[in-house]
Amino acid sequence: MKPAPFAYRKVRSLDEAVALLGETPDARLLAGGQSLMATLNMRLSAPSLLIDINGLSGLDGIAHKNGQGSGFVEIGALARHVQAERSATIAKLAPLIARAMPLVGHPAIRNRGTLGGSIAFADPAAELPACLLALDGEVDAQGPKGKRTIKAGDYFKGLYETALGPQEILTAIRLPAADSNTRIGFAELARRHGDYAIVGLAASARADGKGLKDVRLAYFGVGNTPLRAEKSEAALAHGDVDGAVAALDLDPHDDIQATGAVKKHLAGVLLRRVAAQLMEQRP
Amino acid sequence: MSMDIDIALTVNGERIAERVEARKSLVDFVRDDLGLTGSHVGCEHGVCGACTMRVDGVIVRGCLMLAAQCDGAVVETIEGLSDSGELADLQAAFEQRNALQCGFCTPGMLTAAQDLLNRGSVPSRDEIREHISGNFCRCTGYHAIVDAVESVAKARHGAKP
Repeated sequence: MKPAPFAYRKVRSLDEAVALLGETPDARLLAGGQSLMATLNMRLSAPSLLIDINGLSGLDGIAHKNGQGSGFVEIGALARHVQAERSATIAKLAPLIARAMPLVGHPAIRNRGTLGGSIAFADPAAELPACLLALDGEVDAQGPKGKRTIKAGDYFKGLYETALGPQEILTAIRLPAADSNTRIGFAELARRHGDYAIVGLAASARADGKGLKDVRLAYFGVGNTPLRAEKSEAALAHGDVDGAVAALDLDPHDDIQATGAVKKHLAGVLLRRVAAQLMEQRP
Repeated sequence: MSMDIDIALTVNGERIAERVEARKSLVDFVRDDLGLTGSHVGCEHGVCGACTMRVDGVIVRGCLMLAAQCDGAVVETIEGLSDSGELADLQAAFEQRNALQCGFCTPGMLTAAQDLLNRGSVPSRDEIREHISGNFCRCTGYHAIVDAVESVAKARHGAKP
């Protein structure tokens, strides 16, 4: 189908975009457009104005920043998936993102789609929101009251619902930089390469002698938001993979791809695969 | 605020200035306004790949970009890629190996395949399948398409067919 009519404005500053969001409450921000355009074409959404932020400069960087521990990887909201896919900084310091990226859509999608857009849209079956949660990252937002930072644990509120206010714009994502003790795991099951997952799992941990600590398991495709499996995290930190699978307290709904029962079974399958990845990695 | 946007862009080497409806997709613009009907409209939500074209040197979904966003852009459609001869060997291989039947997916498939081949190395069959995973073909079962792309990749790298 074709989208309902809307006006279009390409903005030159974040302040201009924030002001426009205030003037036109049903306006939507257009970044990569790879989810938004599809929802417009299907008329699931019919905003009166699209605010194109693609012309804003300084929002597409990927950089290593100093900070606590080994520092942070800061990814500007307009960095496109293809940039992350090819970034040496991401490969070295955000290996979970590097692992997930080839599974995000298809090459033509990754050429346009942005990391900020994916996190702002917060599709519960998408890879990047789960990675943000697994890595205990944070997002920067700018709104009428200025800038603020939101931790991943406080960010995902509901189905396509985030902590971002109606006039707030996500400007960057920040992830703790990996070091030699960082362990990551990632697996998903999809009917076709590049599709949204039936179930997926992004994980991070820290090596602790021969074991693991700070295990974070973030599932996607099993609820209204990416979901931690905290009881399983504790079991995995004790090296108990069977216990971790038994402790999975997910309650996925049936959807077009699989029943809840199948998804729950697959979540256990993925947990075993990801546990093996977390335990096998050596620097 | 304006529902119509003035854009100036280059399409297949030709400079074009048009006024477009803000909601018009790039693929509808090239088809309806410019008469370049080689880019096909399939699903209109980014799944089928029939509208794959090049914008500023990279492949995109023509249905997931607005024409209004293409002010100043360099757009190449299958007509341009075909006329320049860039795809001639790939087109010949598709024909030779029956890598198309109805042909609806073919412009997008050729454009996506060329994107992979332009990376410079000879891709494995798995890499070819992965790269065209965003392009649906409902006729061939893909096998012949992978054969065609693989043979061109090898030929371009000097291997005997």
